[in-house]
Amino acid sequence: MAHAQPATAPAVLQEVRPAVLPRAVLVEHGRSFSWITDKICGIIEGKTPAWWWVCFIVACFVASFTVGGITYLVATGVGVWGHANPVNWAWDIVNFVFWIGIGHAGTLISAILCLLRQKWRTSINRAAEAMTIFAVVCAAIFPVFHVGRVWYAWYLFPIPNSNIIWQNFRSPLEWDVFAVSTYGTVSVLFWYVGLIPDLAVLRDRFYAAGNKFRSFLYGVFAMGWRGSNRHWSNYEMAYLILAGVSTPLVLSVHTIVSFDFAVSLLPGWHTTIFPPYFVAGAIFSGFGMVLTLMLPLRAIYGLQDLITQYHIDCMCKITLATGTIVGYAYGMEFFIAWYSSNPYEGFAFINRAFGHYSWAYWIMISCNVITPQFFWSKWIRRNTTLVWVLAIFVNVGMWFERFVIIVTSLARDFLPSSWGYYSPSIVEIFTFFGTFGVFSTLFLLFIRFLPIMPMAELKAVTPQADVHGGRHGDHKTGFGDPASIEQGGAKP
Amino acid sequence: MAAQPYGLIATFTTTPALYHAAEQVRDAGYRYWDCITPFPVHGLDKAMGLRRSIVPRISLAGGITGFITGMTMIWWTAAWDYPLVVGGKPHFSPMYAFPVSYELTILFTAFATIIGMFVVNGLPMHYHPVLKYEHIRRGMDDTFFVVIEARDPRFNLANTKALLEKAGGVSITELES
Repeated sequence: MAHAQPATAPAVLQEVRPAVLPRAVLVEHGRSFSWITDKICGIIEGKTPAWWWVCFIVACFVASFTVGGITYLVATGVGVWGHANPVNWAWDIVNFVFWIGIGHAGTLISAILCLLRQKWRTSINRAAEAMTIFAVVCAAIFPVFHVGRVWYAWYLFPIPNSNIIWQNFRSPLEWDVFAVSTYGTVSVLFWYVGLIPDLAVLRDRFYAAGNKFRSFLYGVFAMGWRGSNRHWSNYEMAYLILAGVSTPLVLSVHTIVSFDFAVSLLPGWHTTIFPPYFVAGAIFSGFGMVLTLMLPLRAIYGLQDLITQYHIDCMCKITLATGTIVGYAYGMEFFIAWYSSNPYEGFAFINRAFGHYSWAYWIMISCNVITPQFFWSKWIRRNTTLVWVLAIFVNVGMWFERFVIIVTSLARDFLPSSWGYYSPSIVEIFTFFGTFGVFSTLFLLFIRFLPIMPMAELKAVTPQADVHGGRHGDHKTGFGDPASIEQGGAKP
Repeated sequence: MAAQPYGLIATFTTTPALYHAAEQVRDAGYRYWDCITPFPVHGLDKAMGLRRSIVPRISLAGGITGFITGMTMIWWTAAWDYPLVVGGKPHFSPMYAFPVSYELTILFTAFATIIGMFVVNGLPMHYHPVLKYEHIRRGMDDTFFVVIEARDPRFNLANTKALLEKAGGVSITELES
């Protein structure tokens, strides 16, 4: 309002008061630092709840399906899956892309939102990063085992071998090996760095409680962290750099995953829209999974003061935005298929929507394009049960998206004589079903033994963490700020 | 002569109090001193007069190493050690080598950043005089401490204690070394 002229300001300005836009409170009810510590550590220190054991046993049972499916595959051969010409990529790659995509929301929350200074990320980033790591574990199972003779999986890496031939680095599949293994490694490192100060808290608390063994275990991984500000200075810089490199990493990983398809010449795959479309879809599916996981956790552990309605609103809005981008990409694929005048490309898309797999296509459209549109409504965003149900639909829809892309294009390629129809075998179904158990087992262990929220970061976003006693904004006046009006505009 | 203490530790209960105390200790010219905080306090680096962290330089070195490693590895395997014509294309081109080199740039940067952070911080260090202080657990929870080390040339038990008291510190205690 620097240009405002107090002398000539219309009289009405004397009465008009700009709305003060309140900054969203990230920790509700003015909780103290020690309340946060007690709340988060209490989850680990308390007795193992009965529901945890029930869930854990069920998760382990479900995970045994993956173990069984893979054991049978290794003992028999990759032919136990339903793959046959022309569909030689099916559920294995669908599941791989599905799980790796889920991981992307964790990195988005921890890295991209960190760079954008979105402070609401603090209460959900730890669990979201854990989700990323466990999703990458589930994703890695499929490409490793789909090679058939899994004991040769190390041929994927440039390790000298008896054939002396090296990997073909022109292949997007080889790029994928590096992208996914880098992604898994960097996600673990990023997660671990975030955990160090919280592990030190647990070390000291278990020591005070007389549990020397657990104090020792947490202490080893806490690296002797002592909260020194000289350390924090380097630590924060390291964290920022990790966020800085994870951002191009997460974008490159799903770009390279999409290259697995886009670099080939198959109609329906060979499109330039794939990289951004895959990245948006990955973030969309990942936020679906974050909501699926965080809403029950919030309810069970009473974390409403830390995961506030504002957090849920933000997550729903990102789901809405990315879901809409995905919907746009679906439309644009059709447009380009028509506009390119390529009969094969045109046929591939008509076949997707109205061919043998049209049921999968319409499940995908309804889950991915229609479902997120409900998040426009504030009423729906405030109904956590409904949000959770919609998030499940997002998960289902994104699995079908990968199925539609991979299977429909392969089943109907160029020559009608080579067309086919693919159905999964029971071994594939069991193996995929079991990965939900693998994921849940790991996630349950995480919420039992590690702090599910970054305590240090949460404390840093509370009002009492401000060294100026909450008057930090005094010198900053901007549009809509009453102070700027008082200085340059009307006097109250 | 009695064993020299490691230093003096003073307690502060709020972030503004710690911030202003840090400014006073900095202005008094101390070099070997530190603040213990449960979370990174925004602006405290400036109040302590800390210089910018050198971790980014280590990260940059890691990133350059990663990129060169990727390019060299692909050139060596594809164009030198066992040249093989694939699809009638040249043995080496930086274009097809780029995605893998890009990922290795990120991988090496991440390792360099973390290892660099540990080395610069002198971690892991599981035993430290500060960790022996009986109330240090609160420093991981909700309390702030200022520690001034005895090896600082300006350290003097009486004067340093007076400075910490003036700065608003309470429970000023000598730390055993």
